[in-house]
Amino acid sequence: MENLLNALVLLSNFVLIPAIAYGAQLALGALGVTLIYAVLRFSNFAHGDTMAFGTAIVILFTWWLQGQGIGLGPLPTALLALPVGILAAILLLLVTDRWVYRFYRARRSPPVVLVMASVGVMFIYNAITRFIIGTGDQRFEDGARFALKVGDFKALTGLDQGLAIRTSQIITIVVMVVVVSAVFWFLQRTRTGKAMRAYSDNEDLALLSGINPDRVVMITWILVAILATIAGTLYGLDKSFRPFTYFQLLLPIFAAAIVGGIGQPFGAIAGGFVIAISEVVVTYAYKGFLTYLVPESWAPAGLVQMLGTDYKFAVSFIILVIVLLVRPTGIFRGRVI
Amino acid sequence: MSFLIGEKMTGGYGGADILNGCTIAVEQGEIAVIVGPNGAGKSTAMKAVFGMLRLREGQVRLDGQDITALTPQDRVRAGMGFVPQTSNVFVSLTVEENLEMGAFIRDDDFSGTMAQVYDLFPILKEKRRQPAGELSGGQRQQVAVGRALMTHPKVLMLDEPTAGVSPIVMDELFDKILDIAATGIAILMVEQNARQALNIADRGYVLVQGSNRFTDTGAALLADPEVRRSFLGG
Amino acid sequence: MSQTTRGVLLYAVMALLIVAVGLAQSWTLALAILNLCLISAVMALGVNIQWGYAGLFNVGIMGFAALGGIGAVLVSMPPVPGALGAGGVNLGLAALAIVGTLGAALYVRERAPLSLRKPLGLATVVAGYFVMRIFLDPASEAIEAVDPASAGYLGGLGLPILIGWAVGGLFAAGAAYLVGKLTLGLRSDYLAIATLGISEIILAILKNENWLTRGVKNVTGLPRPVPDERVLQEAPWIADLAARFGTDTITAAAVVARLAYACLFAAVLLIVLWLAERALRAPWGRMMRAIRDNRDAAEAMGKDVTGRHLQVFVLGSAVVGIAGAMLVTLDGQFTPGSYNPLRYTFLIWVMVIVGGSGNNWGAILGGFLIWYLWVMAEPAGTLIMNRLTSGMESGPLRDQMLAAAPHLRLFLMGLILLLVLRFAPSGLIPERTRR
Repeated sequence: MENLLNALVLLSNFVLIPAIAYGAQLALGALGVTLIYAVLRFSNFAHGDTMAFGTAIVILFTWWLQGQGIGLGPLPTALLALPVGILAAILLLLVTDRWVYRFYRARRSPPVVLVMASVGVMFIYNAITRFIIGTGDQRFEDGARFALKVGDFKALTGLDQGLAIRTSQIITIVVMVVVVSAVFWFLQRTRTGKAMRAYSDNEDLALLSGINPDRVVMITWILVAILATIAGTLYGLDKSFRPFTYFQLLLPIFAAAIVGGIGQPFGAIAGGFVIAISEVVVTYAYKGFLTYLVPESWAPAGLVQMLGTDYKFAVSFIILVIVLLVRPTGIFRGRVI
Repeated sequence: MSFLIGEKMTGGYGGADILNGCTIAVEQGEIAVIVGPNGAGKSTAMKAVFGMLRLREGQVRLDGQDITALTPQDRVRAGMGFVPQTSNVFVSLTVEENLEMGAFIRDDDFSGTMAQVYDLFPILKEKRRQPAGELSGGQRQQVAVGRALMTHPKVLMLDEPTAGVSPIVMDELFDKILDIAATGIAILMVEQNARQALNIADRGYVLVQGSNRFTDTGAALLADPEVRRSFLGG
Repeated sequence: MSQTTRGVLLYAVMALLIVAVGLAQSWTLALAILNLCLISAVMALGVNIQWGYAGLFNVGIMGFAALGGIGAVLVSMPPVPGALGAGGVNLGLAALAIVGTLGAALYVRERAPLSLRKPLGLATVVAGYFVMRIFLDPASEAIEAVDPASAGYLGGLGLPILIGWAVGGLFAAGAAYLVGKLTLGLRSDYLAIATLGISEIILAILKNENWLTRGVKNVTGLPRPVPDERVLQEAPWIADLAARFGTDTITAAAVVARLAYACLFAAVLLIVLWLAERALRAPWGRMMRAIRDNRDAAEAMGKDVTGRHLQVFVLGSAVVGIAGAMLVTLDGQFTPGSYNPLRYTFLIWVMVIVGGSGNNWGAILGGFLIWYLWVMAEPAGTLIMNRLTSGMESGPLRDQMLAAAPHLRLFLMGLILLLVLRFAPSGLIPERTRR
C-alpha cells in the first residue's frame, strides 16, 4: 500500500504536475495562434517570438522593480511587471499589423503570403528581442520558490517519496484558468467578442452587418499580445527564458492548435494539454515508479524511458501526425487548412 | 416617384456590362420580384441596387435620396436589409447571436425587434440557443431573414430566398414574406421559382440580358401569354 | 529593359560585389564568400523547385540539409575498427526489427478488419519500436564505448566524399518521401508544420544518436575532394604562382584550394540548374505549374496532384541534401549543434523570395545576394555600432549595444523579406510567363 502511494507521489511529482503546468503554458500559446488563424486566417510564424518579446520586456521591468526593492512577497515580482510587458507587446503587434499585415488584408492576399510576411516579422522580432535582452539564459523568478516543499510533504505524510509544488506551477495554473475564463467570457458574452466570432465565421456577412473589420482585427491582436506575454512569462518563470527556446516552442504550440482543431479556442486548450501530457509521459523514465510497484527481483535494469528527453519535439510531431491521420480536423473539428 | 429605385443601371464586374440600362423599383409595403432566365443579370441587378457593384451609368435612390455612392454598409445604415443567397447565416453562432449581430449597428435596445422576429418565426425562438449551422435549410433562411430585419430596415432585399428548400417550406417562406410586407416594408427579391413568386408579387420584372423585357403587376405577368410561354414554361 | 538584360545586369552587379571584397579585403575571403554563395544557391534552387514549381511550403530545409551532411560523413569517414564488432549484431537485429515492424504494419493495413486498422497499426508500430529498442540500446552503448575520445561511433565507409554528396541527397530524398507520404494529401499549412517538426526531429537524432553521428562531439577532419591547403603550400608550382602574383605561398595555396572548391560547387550548381530548367520546360514542368496555379482544375483533369507533389517534394529535398553535404565538405566537419532554423531554413526562404520564386535564375541570384548580405552585415553592424557608441562612455549600455550588433543582420533579413514581399512580390528576377 505504501509502495503504491509512493509510486503515485513520484508520478505526480515528476509527471502530473509538470505536465499540467506545461500544458497550461502551451494552451495559452496555442489559444493565441488559433485566434490569429480564426480571425486573420494565417499561421503566424512570429508567435513564438511575440512571446519572447513580451517576456523580455516583463523581465527587464522585473529587474528594475527588484532594483527598486519593490516585490510581491512570496509571489514573483514578474506578475507586477506583466502589464508593462503586455502593453509593449500590444504596441508591437499593432504597429506590425499597421505596417505589414494590413496591406495584404486589404488586397485579400492568399494566406501563404501572410505566412511568408510573418516569417519576415519573425526575423525582426528575433532581432529586437536579442537586441534588448541578449541571447543568453535569463532567470527572473523570485519570491518563495516552493508552495509545498519535499521535506514538509514527507513530514506530513510519512512517505519516502516527497512531493514538491513550485510557486510558479501554482501561479501558472491559476493564471491560466483566470485568463482562459476571461477570454471565453469575452468571446461568448460580450458584443465585441461575438462580433469577433461572427467575423471569423463569415467575413462577408459580418461586413454586411456593419461589423468593423479593423476593430475586430485590432481586438484580436490585443488579445494575442495578452495571451502571448502571459504564456511566455509563465513559461519563463517555470523553466527559464532564452529567446531561442521560445522560437522552438512554435512547434508544440502549432501542434496543440492543430490537434485541438485550428481556429477553435476550446481546441487550443485541449490540444495544449494533450501535447504537454504526452510529451512528459513519453519522455519520463519509469524506473523509480516501477521499482515501487513490482517485486524487488523484477526491478527494471534500464531507465524504462520510452523516448529520451532530447526527443520531446518528436512527441508533438508524432501526436500531430496521429491526429491528422485519424481525424484531420482535430479534436474540436477546426477548419481544414 | 418610387420609394426605392435603381434607374437605368448599367455596369458589371469589370469586363463586359451585365446590366444594360435596367430599372428596378419598389414601393413601401409592396413586393417586387425579379425573374428571368439564367444569366439574365437578376442577382446582379439586386447587387447593384445594394451597392455591391459599381455602376457605370444610372443611379439608385432611396426615399428620394441619391444613394448611388454609398457602400453596402452605409446602405444598411440608411435602411436597407440584404439577405444573400448563400452563406447568409453565421453557422457557428447561435440563432440569438445571429440576430444580435444583425443589430450590430444599433446602439439602442433591440429586444423589442428581436421579439417581433420571434413572433414572425416562432421556431427560431424555440431554437434560439442552437448554432445556426445545425438548423434545417428552411430554418436557416428564416434566421437569415430575421438577421436582416434586426436593423428595422425600410427595404428588405432577398436573393433567391427559396433556393434549395422544399415546396412546402417555400410556401411557408412566401407567407412570411407577405407578412413582412404587410408591416410596411418594401420587399425586393430575386426568384428562380418565378410562377410562385409572381403569385405574391405586386410588381414583377422580367429581365433578359440585363435589361427590362416585361414589367407589370405580378398577376398581369402571370396572365400574359408571351411571358408564360417564354419564361414560365407554358 | 527586357527581363534578360535585367537578369544579366543583376548578375554582373553580384559579381562586382564579390570582386569588390577581393580587391578591398582579400581574395581568400572573397572566395570563401563565393563558395558559400554557391552552396546557398544550390539550396535555394532545391527550395525553388518545391515552392516555385509546385507551391509547397517546406519549413524543414535545415533537417534535409543536415541529413545531406551526415550522408557525406557516413560515406567518407574511415570506418572505426572494432565498432561494428562491438555492436554490429545487435544493430543488425534492430534493423531487422524495423523491417519486421514495417512489414507487420503494412500487413495490418491491408488485411485487418477496417475498423481495427488504425488502432492496430498504431499498436504494431509502438510494439515494434520497443522491440527495436531492446537491440538498439545495447548496440549503441557498446559502440559508443569503443575509443570514446576519438571515435565512439560507427565511422563511415571510407569512400570518396563526392559519393557522399549523392548519398546525402538520397538520405534527404528518403526522409522527404516519408514526410510527404504522411502529409502531402493535406493542405499547405500542415505541410509547413510537419516539415518544421521533421527537421527538429532529424536534428535531435543527429545530436543524440552518438553511435551513428558522434552527436555533439562532432565529426572533424572529413576527407577533402580537393588538395589540402597545407599540402599545397609545399608544392613548388604554388611557390611559382605566388611569386608571379607577388603574394606569399600561404595565400596562394588558400586561393587555389578555394578555387578548386568553387569549381566543384559551380559544377553541381550548373548540373542542377540545367536539369531543373529542362524539367521546367518539359511537359512535366508545365503540368507542375498548372497544378500550382489551379489545383482543383488540374485534379479535375485527372492529374494525380498528390503524386506529383510527392515527386517534386522529394526532388527538391534531394537537392537541398546535396547542398547540405557540400556544406559539410567545405567546413571539413559535421557539427549538429550548429544547425539553426533561422540560418538553415528561413534564410533560404528569404533567398528564394528575394530572388524570384518560380524562376531558377532568380533563386540562384537570391542565394548569392542574401548570403553575401548575411556575411557582410555582421561586420557592418559592428562597425555601425562602434560609430554610434564611440561618443558614449563605456558602460553597460554601450556594451549591450556592441553585443547586439550581430543581431542587426536578423533585422536586415526580416526587413528585406518584408520589403520584397510588399513592393516586388515576384522578386528580383520574376518568373517568366510563357505561352
